[in-house]
Amino acid sequence: MSNRFFKTIVGGTNEYERTPVPAASLKGGKSFLGMYAGEHTAGTEFVIGPLFVAHGVTAGDLVLGLLIGNLLAVLSWGLITGPIAASKRLTLYYQLERIAGKNLVRWYNLVNALMFCFLAGSMIAVSATAVGIPFNLEMPTLTDWLPRTPGWILTVLVMGAVITLVAIQGYNQVSKFANIMSPWMILIFIAAAIVGLAQLGVGSFESLIATAQEVIWNGVPLAGMSKFTVWHIIFFAWFCNMAMHIGMSDLTILRYAKSWNYGFYTFVGVYLGHFVAWIASGILYAVFLQANSGSQEFAPGQIAYQTLGLAGAVCVIIAGWTTANPTIYRAGLALQGIFPKVPTWKITAIVGVITSLAACFPALVMKLLDFVALYGLLLMPMGAVIFADFYFSKKLGFRSEGALSSNSNFSLPALLSWVLTLGFCLALNYFYGIEIFFLGLPGWFVAVALFIVLSKMKYPLAKSFAV
Amino acid sequence: MKTILKFGSLLGLLLTIYPPVMYFMGDVDLDRMKWAMGIGMLLWFVTAPFWINRSVNNGQ
Repeated sequence: MSNRFFKTIVGGTNEYERTPVPAASLKGGKSFLGMYAGEHTAGTEFVIGPLFVAHGVTAGDLVLGLLIGNLLAVLSWGLITGPIAASKRLTLYYQLERIAGKNLVRWYNLVNALMFCFLAGSMIAVSATAVGIPFNLEMPTLTDWLPRTPGWILTVLVMGAVITLVAIQGYNQVSKFANIMSPWMILIFIAAAIVGLAQLGVGSFESLIATAQEVIWNGVPLAGMSKFTVWHIIFFAWFCNMAMHIGMSDLTILRYAKSWNYGFYTFVGVYLGHFVAWIASGILYAVFLQANSGSQEFAPGQIAYQTLGLAGAVCVIIAGWTTANPTIYRAGLALQGIFPKVPTWKITAIVGVITSLAACFPALVMKLLDFVALYGLLLMPMGAVIFADFYFSKKLGFRSEGALSSNSNFSLPALLSWVLTLGFCLALNYFYGIEIFFLGLPGWFVAVALFIVLSKMKYPLAKSFAV
Repeated sequence: MKTILKFGSLLGLLLTIYPPVMYFMGDVDLDRMKWAMGIGMLLWFVTAPFWINRSVNNGQ
């Protein structure tokens, strides 16, 4: 993949930030295939696969759920994000600014930045579980929310400081490094599955099926963990990148696509990272549980080291670092949208401090599934707003890009769609006990409906003609 | 030089994936497999950055 492409779309180099990408700058399919192949094999994969095991999903539910959920995710990118990106060719932020207004985008940026900080924090914690091995660091357990030892805090803070210093230097070198490491990391995941299966005594297809069903994903949740069904897997696989597809973050990337259908190219990354890697890391964790019967310890670095040796531990460090680093940088960019006069390095340093402090709390790792779902849910309504504005403004009779067309810095329909949708989701969770993984789908429809109704009231098309 | 680097990288990837397959087949013990994967990792680290980025830059 072209580094300039990567830097441009993620690094915020003032290239086409407020204008559509011209035809001469569009990229071919290979750029997207390469980027997506690497993007979805990251540090989070070392946590999500094991958490599925801990939540007692069955083997059949896991495979079926991942096949369906990942397909739905690819379709969301291909049918919802891709066409809008190729038609408008604007960044998410500018598109949102035209619809919702500058002031609302600032709040969106703040939420985005905070979510990025916590995500990066969880990845620093994941890396720390590998860095701590030579120091015999006491590792966190599945039920830990608070740090267990001063050693853990020290390790995480030192790692956070190093990662922040690198992030201050900019995004490009880390993105290059992440691209270089990608093929090796994918092979490490595959190696983990092979070695893990051997250690679990798999020698034939029949024993593979039996071991998968009875040992690895045996359907029994670990102590203190809730039970996952096929529906959890489908919805998690579909919505773990909700902010990117139906939340429209990937407008910023796909606006460079020569064809609207490049959104479908996400299938490479999704099925490598969210199928192969999740299954592989689940197998690794099952081996760990077999070798350490009754252990509540949850340390991806330790788990990978036991099975694959130094290569496994280094892979966990690199996967965590290469995910945390650009995430800190992106959080800095989002905050800079709110404080444009503060130098980038200062913003990145502040973000690094928040991230490092967050990383001290193992809850971020142990509750990663919930956090990823929450992250997508918080940002999703604004993606629904963009969708509704694009497809329904003319058909249903309200002005497209309300803030821009009314020369305003604030759009009430967009704000209310965001806040009321989240209120609706909260109510579903609080009063009806619907888990966070399932809130995105009804929430999206509610956000679309709210925006259409409110926009028809605030920005009626007939009124604009009269003016 | 580039050919040598690419060969080193390929060898690194082979040493990452082939020893686990041999371990699965029962042809090598766990410790030797881990050592081989460690060497494969080092090979990839010291060779891949010098040709992957270069070919990308040339392609711009």
